[in-house]
Amino acid sequence: MSVPHALLALLSEGPKYGLRLQNEFESRTGEVWPLNVGQVYTTLQRLERDGLVETDGDGERSQKRYRITSAGARELAGWLRTPPELVPPPRDELVIKVLVALQIPGIDIHQILQVHRRHAIEVMQRYTRIKADAARDDVPLALVADAELFRLEAIVRWLDAADVRLKQRTPVTPAEVADAPLEPTRTMEVTQ
Amino acid sequence: MTSALELRQVSKVYGSGPTEVHALRAVDLSVEREELVAVMGPSGSGKSTLLTIAGSLEEASIGQVLVDGVDLASVSRADQARMRRRSIGYVFQDFNLLPGLTAVENVTLPLELDGVRAKTARASGLKALEALDVAERADRYPDELSGGERQRVAIARAIVGERGLLLADEPTGALDSVNGEAVMRLLRSATQRGVAGVVVTHEAQLASWADRVVFLRDGQVVDQTVAPSGPDSLLAASDRR
Repeated sequence: MSVPHALLALLSEGPKYGLRLQNEFESRTGEVWPLNVGQVYTTLQRLERDGLVETDGDGERSQKRYRITSAGARELAGWLRTPPELVPPPRDELVIKVLVALQIPGIDIHQILQVHRRHAIEVMQRYTRIKADAARDDVPLALVADAELFRLEAIVRWLDAADVRLKQRTPVTPAEVADAPLEPTRTMEVTQ
Repeated sequence: MTSALELRQVSKVYGSGPTEVHALRAVDLSVEREELVAVMGPSGSGKSTLLTIAGSLEEASIGQVLVDGVDLASVSRADQARMRRRSIGYVFQDFNLLPGLTAVENVTLPLELDGVRAKTARASGLKALEALDVAERADRYPDELSGGERQRVAIARAIVGERGLLLADEPTGALDSVNGEAVMRLLRSATQRGVAGVVVTHEAQLASWADRVVFLRDGQVVDQTVAPSGPDSLLAASDRR
């Protein structure tokens, strides 16, 4: 979560005091990201230093009203359109666990997949409960819960696909693997 | 306390000899009133068979099926049919509304088949449609309704009267995710009003609306979720800062 950009977004509605920014930040992010007022003022100081916000006086920080500058508006517009990092290297912990499990003699790989499937769905149940209990008009909370639910659903779908793929494979004994001649390591690269 | 639905060591075998298929193997499952249970599993795992046997649309090869404590095998076929009309509601993937009947007529059909007078049946039908927020569409025909409205009518038909058991097979059909979620909300609120619900689905997001998720694999219950703990710990995570 980029706190500076979230504050710039709130200031794009008009000038605001630090305390109000803290309250609005929390309520508009589904109260998922708690933010203390000290963090708000430290961030505002940095934004002011970089010319992205300005204040209307030299008094106490709690008495200052902050407003976004045109440079701040440009920074915000650019940030909103910059895609986040979507291509991590394929070193997902769950994938590694499953790959490691495949090498262990006598292990029930489908049971391992099921343990992770159940855990993912139990976490999904908790997010869904949050969504079910939330007020109908609490759109930010629903969006946050949806994001987690879709992420977890992708994990479950990967586990389902792994289940089918492993059911269809020709079994290879670990001894055969151990005796096989070594080949150069394959790498997987994804370009953006 | 008697469970709304109880399957005891239920097995189902289709065919015989070399073509024998074991669709269910010694399944135990209890569903209480006010509980929504989702059944998940890959294609061919026995999910739909479990639902049709629970709803007495098919008989188990071995084992017992009890609805409100009554063993389905111990009652006549006529009584089974009566139980299906009075105690069990079904929601199907493709809605299964009769095109020649209005929304409220579709909802009241099972009551009228059961001998309830038309006026009383209509009042119950309107009440069920109202619970699903679609009462103003009562006199519309299915082809005049949107997909979401048709599914609401189908759910109203499943809960009309004094049904204690609601069975749904992939009930969100081809609805988009927001409308699919609305269907699950409706099923959840129906169970919160005292009905026991069983939903068969292959979608994790839909299953996550259930109080309990049961996993089927090769006709056997292999696992189930434990009751979810409070939601607070998820969103108060300090590492989200």
